[in-house]
Amino acid sequence: MKIMHALLLSAAMSGSVAAQTVTLEVASFPDLDRGIKAAIPLYQEAHPDVEIKLVSLAFGDHHNAMTTSLATGSNLPDVMAVEVGFIGKFAASGGIEDLSKPPYNALQYQDQFAKFTLPQATGGDGNLAAIPVDIGPGALFYRQDLLQKAGVDESAFSNNWDAFIEAGKKVKEKTGAYMVAHAGDLKDIIIRSDLEDGEGIFFDKENSSLVTSPRFEKAFKVAKAARDAGIDAKVKAWTSEWTEGLRRGQIATQMMGSWVAGHLANWIAPESVGLWRSKQLPDNVYASWGGSFYAIPAKAQHKEEAWEFIRFLALNKSMQLEAFHKLDAFPALVTAQNDQFLQQPIEFLGGQKARVQWKEAADRIPAITVNKYDTIADEIVNAELDKVLLHDKDIKEALADAHKLIKRRVRY
Amino acid sequence: MSAVMERRETPATAQVKTRRRWLTRKTAPYVFISPFFILFAVFGLFPLLFTIYLSFHYWDPSTGLGGMKWVGFENFTFVLTDDWFHKSLYNTFWIALVSGVPQHLAAIPLAFFLHTRLSRWRNAVVGLYFLPFITSTVAISLVFTSLFSRDYGLINVLLTQMGQWEIAGLRPLSWVFPTENIDWNDPGYTKWVISFVVWWRYVGWNTVLYLSALQTIPKDLYEAASIDGASRRQQFWHITVPLLRPMMFLAITLSIIGNLQLFEEPFILTGGLGPGGTSIGGPDQAGKTAAMHMYATAYIESDFGTASAVAWLLFLIIAMMTWANNKAFKEKS
Repeated sequence: MKIMHALLLSAAMSGSVAAQTVTLEVASFPDLDRGIKAAIPLYQEAHPDVEIKLVSLAFGDHHNAMTTSLATGSNLPDVMAVEVGFIGKFAASGGIEDLSKPPYNALQYQDQFAKFTLPQATGGDGNLAAIPVDIGPGALFYRQDLLQKAGVDESAFSNNWDAFIEAGKKVKEKTGAYMVAHAGDLKDIIIRSDLEDGEGIFFDKENSSLVTSPRFEKAFKVAKAARDAGIDAKVKAWTSEWTEGLRRGQIATQMMGSWVAGHLANWIAPESVGLWRSKQLPDNVYASWGGSFYAIPAKAQHKEEAWEFIRFLALNKSMQLEAFHKLDAFPALVTAQNDQFLQQPIEFLGGQKARVQWKEAADRIPAITVNKYDTIADEIVNAELDKVLLHDKDIKEALADAHKLIKRRVRY
Repeated sequence: MSAVMERRETPATAQVKTRRRWLTRKTAPYVFISPFFILFAVFGLFPLLFTIYLSFHYWDPSTGLGGMKWVGFENFTFVLTDDWFHKSLYNTFWIALVSGVPQHLAAIPLAFFLHTRLSRWRNAVVGLYFLPFITSTVAISLVFTSLFSRDYGLINVLLTQMGQWEIAGLRPLSWVFPTENIDWNDPGYTKWVISFVVWWRYVGWNTVLYLSALQTIPKDLYEAASIDGASRRQQFWHITVPLLRPMMFLAITLSIIGNLQLFEEPFILTGGLGPGGTSIGGPDQAGKTAAMHMYATAYIESDFGTASAVAWLLFLIIAMMTWANNKAFKEKS
């Protein structure tokens, strides 16, 4: 009995303590958590009554843990970091606060963020699930030395896909390096091209798949042409083959978010400093890779403080620039995008002022909508592309099959 | 009498009694054995029952427990008519057979050899064989991934060096060995590579199983046989193999169960789930096993109901295969 009393007493005491200082629980993943770590002391200067507890798990573990927490409605943090790939799923879950409604009214900040970010975080019911912090404007990174050795005209090789593949053949012949890591990478870009604001990549508004559209047909054709030309290394991104290929100069170009420049410079290929350049994506495409958001779970304990903290991270120009300096996290906040920092040359890219170029891309990326079935559609399209690349399956037939499969697997 | 008794009971003794009342001679055994049952109920029984329940629902876990929707047998009919499930099942059986059968064909003679020829170094050699089994699957798979790397892997280096070996301007070995790097990621090789790693990993385990069974066979049988003039080969076929039957039954049963649940080795060897790349099981899903299909259904498609249905169908298939194995061994003996 005494023990019980003691427990109750201590619980009551901690309750009274909590009334004075709030402990805000923030769940995040690397490297995004470094931005939060940097923010904590600054935030506490202005808010001494708020204590921030950061829980950071590996990328996949974090999202699995958040899924489990949403499933059971327990162990939910006050502030939840969400990567763009999961936002559609979480937005549709109903377990996350709609930030477009009072007391948040977050749509008033719409013009302060890159225009494509809020639609990315908007669920099927028009609910705004999260606030963007960083974005990944897509860019074409290439090894200038390899292209020069192959005698490729740098200004023109990415004007269209035919020119790109022709350049790839020259690079392969003269230097032995592959033009791209995987033919599927080309498909991934082309299915994101020519989109307009409000359109989805895989689905229209009625959840009907768009994979039989000319956009996908072109994507499959170009990927197949690249494979037939022998210019793809057939390696998936983030495998050891991929990093090794980039390190040894066996892969001449890589299309990804602007943040990959930081990865290349820091750990993938630090020796190749000055050899890389950045360019807009081929064929006038503007697309985004990745992006991070913050959300508030509906069952969070301290929503008011959580919202306060999210605004500090996302709407504070100096915080956004801090993350830009340290993590190469391209800010979602427009005022931070207009900072002088963009004009600085990047040593790794041979002194190129690439951030200006990325900002231009960010302005042009269409505001495409997300669907919670995007991952299923992506899986199916990849499987069908494999059949085209490996078994010469007819492209129209493959896309028709993908359409059928998506229809079959999107069941509820 | 009773009044007196009550008066003699002081509060302290009463408390001791109430505290001890539940721990009697009758209940004590249950109390002491309960940790196992409680743990089993929480981590064994509950998930088991919950997956049965789930398999009749549609459930995206991010929608919370309230998001479950009753669908009856729909998940099962969906899985049974699903091409991806069929393909993953075919891959599973292919790998199970190609890695499983040679495992036993190699382990039995190996155990016999260790038993009869090696006396002094036996334990050290057994330890060596057992090493792959106790090493982390993830570590093994990562090592083999780099060995089988197309451009930078040791295996390709060795093979192509043999193929390109020149003598007097000729390449005498080029008809056996490749002269160019082999792309082990090609769907034609995926299942072979996985099977090889699985074979390598469990052959030692089976050897140890058979070795322990060999040690129970009485020595006089062999002595009597050699007095009768039986050769080692005859002793192997007429004494060792028949007396190993019970262990063969056990070892094969374990192989069936293990191989049909194969996950880690193919998952990592085919590149796992890279961020952005959702094609699971390597190019053309050539290395996607049924367990990986279950994982993908749950964690890529967020469809835990269908994943549970896959789990239970896989369970039924494993039960059927073990039953068939049981039957086959009984009929022969």
